[in-house]
Amino acid sequence: MIAAVQRLPAEVAFVVFTRTAFVAALVTLLAVASPHFLTTDNMVIVLRQAALQFLMSAGLTLVVLTGGIDLSIGAVLGLAACLGAGFIAQGMVVTGILLALGAGLACGLVNGALVAYVGIPAFIATYGMLWVAHGLGYVFMKGEVIHGFPAAFRTLGAGFVGSIPVPVLIGAALLLVLHVVLHLTRFGRALYAIGGNALAARLTGMPVKRHLVTVYALSGVLAALAGLVVIARVNAADSGTGEELLLTAIAAVCLGGTSLFGGAGGIVGTAIGSVILALVVNGMNMLSIATFWQAFAMGVIVILAVLADVSFKRRMS
Amino acid sequence: MTAAARALAAPLARASELPGAAFLLAALAAGFALASPEFLSPRNLSNIALQSAALIIVSLGMTLVILTEGIDLSVGAVLGLCGVVMSLLLVSHGVSLPLAIAAAVLVGVAAGMGNGALVAYAGMPPFIVTLGVYGITQSLAMVLTAGNSVTGLPPAVRWFNEGLWLGVPVPLLALGALFAVTWVLLYRTRFGRYVFAIGGNRRALELAGVPVRAWLVAVYAYAGLLAALASFITTSRMNAAHPTIAIGLEFDAIAAVILGGTSFEKGNGGIWGTLVGALAVAVLRNGLNLVGLSTEWQVAVVGLVIVSAVALDALRGRA
Repeated sequence: MIAAVQRLPAEVAFVVFTRTAFVAALVTLLAVASPHFLTTDNMVIVLRQAALQFLMSAGLTLVVLTGGIDLSIGAVLGLAACLGAGFIAQGMVVTGILLALGAGLACGLVNGALVAYVGIPAFIATYGMLWVAHGLGYVFMKGEVIHGFPAAFRTLGAGFVGSIPVPVLIGAALLLVLHVVLHLTRFGRALYAIGGNALAARLTGMPVKRHLVTVYALSGVLAALAGLVVIARVNAADSGTGEELLLTAIAAVCLGGTSLFGGAGGIVGTAIGSVILALVVNGMNMLSIATFWQAFAMGVIVILAVLADVSFKRRMS
Repeated sequence: MTAAARALAAPLARASELPGAAFLLAALAAGFALASPEFLSPRNLSNIALQSAALIIVSLGMTLVILTEGIDLSVGAVLGLCGVVMSLLLVSHGVSLPLAIAAAVLVGVAAGMGNGALVAYAGMPPFIVTLGVYGITQSLAMVLTAGNSVTGLPPAVRWFNEGLWLGVPVPLLALGALFAVTWVLLYRTRFGRYVFAIGGNRRALELAGVPVRAWLVAVYAYAGLLAALASFITTSRMNAAHPTIAIGLEFDAIAAVILGGTSFEKGNGGIWGTLVGALAVAVLRNGLNLVGLSTEWQVAVVGLVIVSAVALDALRGRA
């Protein structure tokens, strides 16, 4: 049954081929357009950007594998970051971090309960959560900006180990853990089964509802973690933190070849998708394209990536 | 049963079929009337009516989309882009008003057709298509205006919000006309019967040889058209166009549709419910303003209301 829900080799080949072609074209274009693009310094910047992106998209990948979606991650990231920032700025770093992660967990648990136990379509439940979290973030911040965090906390986002940025290390560790969880644990395999055929998964006796709650909870916690890394890097938090990250996070998952219909894909793909998007953003900056265009690019990339996969799958069947 | 008893029972039976929004609306109105003496003043009531016109117009289109088991997360951004296009043409390019209006309508319909084509012909999930189009249209509106408001509109534009015709404000006339058109489309034409059927059983319709995909494109195009028309009222009301003016309006519209009893999964519901639902959302926002709750809280409260409404709907459907 597990074999049945995995992608056909031809589909994997298609995803790998289209993405590689895209990256090759992009890198060639940028290398020609800007002499600074292929420097080590710039590559470190790209990797750090990709790592931040990946932290957000990692939890989302698990949700999408079950055939769900989490539209609240951007808002939950912002809310968690703001709640934590108040304490962290006053020196209570551990309290702040725990509070942020707790807020992410709480939002995720509510999402999961609404989807699994109440039976609300995932995009509606998490869309409602988007506005609830967003509103609470605004209420908490009252339009102010919290800035100036202790140096120890800032390491999380702005620090280096040797020449490797700390977010990259966090991202790599997360990638390793989630890859192992997805492929070597019963829970991980269950996510593919739920996304492939939720009814069949339930009939084989899997605790589908509990797994779903866990997945949305993980998504919330990882969004909160991403929020902490983001504010540690920019050394400031306001209620708008994370607002524009939702579309990019979904783009990374889709580019990574995880099917929006569930049951196929994986976390490595999302890591690659994150690197591609970081290259796109970096390239747009290199070419001094106004940041207003970034949402345009993300929208087009999401649509094209999903369009390519959907039409390929159709032709195969 | 006597005739008199039957006459009494009929409205009661119908009342039990009313969407939860009707009770919510009544409760909200009563609560706010008690909490703030200003709530029931003629000035505030006409304010609510004018404020909710754009929301109701957008919600009409959203109802059709949701009836087909779809969703349109792009309407707020599309509305913003339409307003920007019309205003820029008027202010910076000296285009005549009818032509600027036509261009904005074209933008709205084109965005809707793009949504519809990707959903119907490519088979992509509606929420991802419309989220992508949201990003694209929002970004275009920002690029065109460099993130600023477009001001200095010709006085004629004010007419969309302040004008009177036979003593009735133009936004309400537009609302009435568009409600009537949507009602006829939905309940008196083949288009409407297909809208309900696509949500109920798309496969059966396809097997019967109905060009379901083309009709789906029409549904999303109609939603885009209504967003464009609503943008004239919004722009006129602000006497300026701003690229992010209607971001979040899609959320109020979805709330209105769901509160109005239209369901995501069965092709059930209709526009009368949406009308009541949109009024409930408008009254909720207006009342929260009057009792002094900040916009920040309003966002969270409206979010809670919609999630609770869907949760109740889902639980009731299961019972």
